[in-house]
Amino acid sequence: MQLIPCPWCGDREEAEFHYGGQAHVAYPDDPHGLSDAQWAQFVFFRDNPKGPFAERWMHAAGCRRWFNAVRDTATHDLLAVYRTGQQPPQSIAPSTGQDQAQVATA
Amino acid sequence: MSTSTSVVGASPADGLPDHPAFLWRNPAPKPSYDVVIVGGGGHGLATAYYLAKNHGITNVAVLEKGWLAGGNMARNTTIIRSNYLWDESSGIYEHSLKLWEGLEEDLDYPILFSQRGVLNLAHGLQDVRDSRRRVYANQLNGIDAEWLEPEDVAKVCPIVNISPDIRYPVLGATYQPRAGIAKHDYVAWGFARRADEYGIDLIQNCEVTGLDVAGDRVVGVQTTRGRIAAGKVALSAAGHSSVLAGMAGLRLPIQSHPLQALVSELLEPVHPTVVMSNAVHVYVSQAHKGELVMGAGIDSYNGYGQRGAFHIIERQMSAALELFPVFARAHLLRTWAGIVDVTPDASPIVGLTPVDGLYLNCGWGTGGFKATPGVGWCFAHTVAHDEPHPYNAPFTLDRFTTGALVDEHGAAGVAH
Repeated sequence: MQLIPCPWCGDREEAEFHYGGQAHVAYPDDPHGLSDAQWAQFVFFRDNPKGPFAERWMHAAGCRRWFNAVRDTATHDLLAVYRTGQQPPQSIAPSTGQDQAQVATA
Repeated sequence: MSTSTSVVGASPADGLPDHPAFLWRNPAPKPSYDVVIVGGGGHGLATAYYLAKNHGITNVAVLEKGWLAGGNMARNTTIIRSNYLWDESSGIYEHSLKLWEGLEEDLDYPILFSQRGVLNLAHGLQDVRDSRRRVYANQLNGIDAEWLEPEDVAKVCPIVNISPDIRYPVLGATYQPRAGIAKHDYVAWGFARRADEYGIDLIQNCEVTGLDVAGDRVVGVQTTRGRIAAGKVALSAAGHSSVLAGMAGLRLPIQSHPLQALVSELLEPVHPTVVMSNAVHVYVSQAHKGELVMGAGIDSYNGYGQRGAFHIIERQMSAALELFPVFARAHLLRTWAGIVDVTPDASPIVGLTPVDGLYLNCGWGTGGFKATPGVGWCFAHTVAHDEPHPYNAPFTLDRFTTGALVDEHGAAGVAH
């Protein structure tokens, strides 16, 4: 079983974690100003790269805290973990594989 | 071994029958085609076949990065049914099932299509209400569906545990008698042979690395075997759809996940039908050869690695054992994973794109095999006429903007 390094608890088995999908997708700054297409991007569209991907995990059977990780979706290698509110390390550029959405992201 | 005993001119193969005829050529790519289909799985091959058969378009190449039908077409659990909830889904899935019923004759190739029926189990009161609603919806759409009480479930499939004291008791099931299974490899080979007979080039080991777009129009593909010009490009690449669409600047509402399945050792016939349980995440049938074939729910994280975590298999096996105690001594033979392209509403995306001449068939997620002939038929129509067939017209990319979703999470049968 894959070990995931929780930033608070250290290496734990994958089964202890809950997956949260793409990280750094912020609620729109100006929700009233969004078009239908922009809302669709926020609600339904997420990056889906083959390669490094910044994503959220929660240590559900441990400290129950959320954190971020950069994981390679082709190899499953966890390249970095970092706490909520932080940005991924500069040395690891998560690829989006896509054009960025027309939605404010933080 | 001594060479002095060998007879000049004799070969160990001399006594063997001739090698069987190949089902398709292995041509080198031509510089240009009217239509290039990206993805040589079941959907791509079926699309090629119906482009030729229904629309007379034969200057077509199917590009496959690996070997033909070696992706999800080789990894699915071969379940075929059409008992989805909404009218839109009933249209395309039932169209597909009707094509399945004549496919062996149409392809003139054995596909071991076996209409042994599918049971979708209900384990809770809301499950029962949703299932009965789906049965009534199916009946209104002319699809064979009935609701079975637990005793009747046991009549259809005697090895299902219907005792009330298990963790998730069987409270009944929907039953579609015309549903069933087919031999996935044979299906692919049957379509491939027919497409090849029409002169369509099936090109393996040819990965698309770029889409050439001039202005608003796609004009060709870059591949590991050189550039190929194309009048139209039809994407049919399942789990890698986001990667391909990204080459044309398109963003899709798709997440790619591993989906695992497994087989047991070969057993005597013990399981007469197909049993699916949405609530406990397992679906089981017995292949013609004798293996029990079981599928799980998706692994939670995005992944392209064609492998998943073993705890998913453990959960799936524990669910299967509670439903089928008779399987306790069966041995697990193999597990594997395919990469499934999951949409927010568990329905596919089949149709036009903002790029002229570029067509999209993806988002079938955990249930694309059953749609193979149906989507091949409709996607070929879409490519040939530059407009969707009525059966795939609802499954647009822009439904995620308009809000006209086709929510089939209840009928998809696999936990997402």
